[in-house]
Amino acid sequence: MATPSPTTFSQPFNFFKDVRRTTLKTSTIFGPKLKSGEIEHTHLRLLTFFKTGPRLELKASKEPPGLTQQLDNSRLESLAETENVCDFFEDLKHRFLRFKKRKFKENLEHFQNLAQGQAPKFMIIACADSRVCPSNILGFQPGEAFVVRNIANLVPTFESGPSETNAALEFAVNALKVENILVIGHSRCGGIRALMSMQDEEDSSSFIRSWVVVGNNARLITKSAASNLSFDQQCRHCEKESVYHSLSNLLTYPWIEEKVARGELFVHGGYYDFVECTFEKWTMDYEGGNLQKNSRFAVKNQFYWC
Amino acid sequence: MAKQSLEVAAELQGTDLVGFDHHVQKDPVQMITEGFRYFKTNKFDKNPELFNCLAHDQWPQFLVFACSDSRVCPSHILNFQPGDAFMVRNIANMVPPFDQLRYSGVGAAIEYAIKALEVPNILVIGHSRCGGIKRLMSHPEDGSAPYDFIDEWVKIGKPAKAKVIAKFGHLPFETQCEHCEKESVDLSLMNLLSYPYVQKAVASKRLRLMGGYYNFVNGTFERWEFECHFSPHLPA
Repeated sequence: MATPSPTTFSQPFNFFKDVRRTTLKTSTIFGPKLKSGEIEHTHLRLLTFFKTGPRLELKASKEPPGLTQQLDNSRLESLAETENVCDFFEDLKHRFLRFKKRKFKENLEHFQNLAQGQAPKFMIIACADSRVCPSNILGFQPGEAFVVRNIANLVPTFESGPSETNAALEFAVNALKVENILVIGHSRCGGIRALMSMQDEEDSSSFIRSWVVVGNNARLITKSAASNLSFDQQCRHCEKESVYHSLSNLLTYPWIEEKVARGELFVHGGYYDFVECTFEKWTMDYEGGNLQKNSRFAVKNQFYWC
Repeated sequence: MAKQSLEVAAELQGTDLVGFDHHVQKDPVQMITEGFRYFKTNKFDKNPELFNCLAHDQWPQFLVFACSDSRVCPSHILNFQPGDAFMVRNIANMVPPFDQLRYSGVGAAIEYAIKALEVPNILVIGHSRCGGIKRLMSHPEDGSAPYDFIDEWVKIGKPAKAKVIAKFGHLPFETQCEHCEKESVDLSLMNLLSYPYVQKAVASKRLRLMGGYYNFVNGTFERWEFECHFSPHLPA
């Protein structure tokens, strides 16, 4: 294989000439096809060094009203190169100190208990969308909900193998022994839109596509049931269909189905519409349902809050 | 309109999230019913301009990686309001290296946040007494039975574990875990750079990487910036 000259690379970064073989590998990193494992040592060459900036520790003392901070003045000057960085750090500082003052200190005994261990009643699977945090919309307080957030609040099947979502499921159900799992979909979901926009023949290197295909059954059901609707309406239909689909996928986990069958674990679906500010919630009726592949199970305890 | 909405969002930050009524053991459905009612009455209905804007679009300033632990929601500890932060939550707040086959979930979130939303900051937040980190540090040496999915996931943090054991292996296990909780944040920040669009955005200064550590035992929050320097090109 001919060794290319560094000038043939179009990446925006510069590299040492004497690591040409390494930089050859890095050209594939920026291309569409990445070979797993190549990253390990190459990016160490790309990145000659990194450093973590000085760590600012924010503490809350018991002295009212100001909260003390420990700062190393000599390092403070090197902390921020630009005003923007300073602004963001200041922002984070104020955010944390507000929490510290209004929640942590006011409920010290409770937080001390929580520090010893958590026993949340809920596991929530919600979208990463900035507008749908379950702590905001459903008011979960510290200690109440073990939360997974991913693109389009999808739950892969047991058969699809290890993933971050089912690692969290395993922890929540088998270690924390939560009593409820709630999967929350939402309006105008970009991930669902990407799913609905997928073409069957499309060969894409996009991560988004590789992930949202988890919800492909929901897309197919939507296409067959709602093909006469506009694309936006189909997406809305799929947002809810995907929640039903994720709930079915939950039952592919043997240790989840066992607990649901014994009445130790309840599985719920939810849908948050942030346009109208409404919330729908339903519970899987495991006993009432006759589970068949690609068909919906029975539901009970449906609520609509507006 | 966007500027006005940001001002309203700033006002929202001054309000309490929800009435903190943890003492009463509530029925789960009652919990979320009351939670939603509070949100609708005290946040949504009182800030129609902001939520009208958010209904059409989102422009979060942060992509946040936080642990799924019920005690560490960034919306509480950093008071993120609707629209502030695109948020991924997983066991031990890990960012795996680029791998489209194995880690498409996290990759999808990064791809969407950087390419579609163009967030200017990524913040990875670790925390004290993290069960995922404890599992990483203890298994399989403790001889316990495997948790199939958890163990497969937390082994992303093995380089952090190795570093901690090498440097702090003489310290008590709990102290090693605390070091690993922070080392794992730095590892995740490093792994972010294995995503080409992240590296490109960082190099062109459109994106900043930050680490954070929330210690709920002593009520502290550390944060730091992850600075990257790339090799200069040697003259011919």
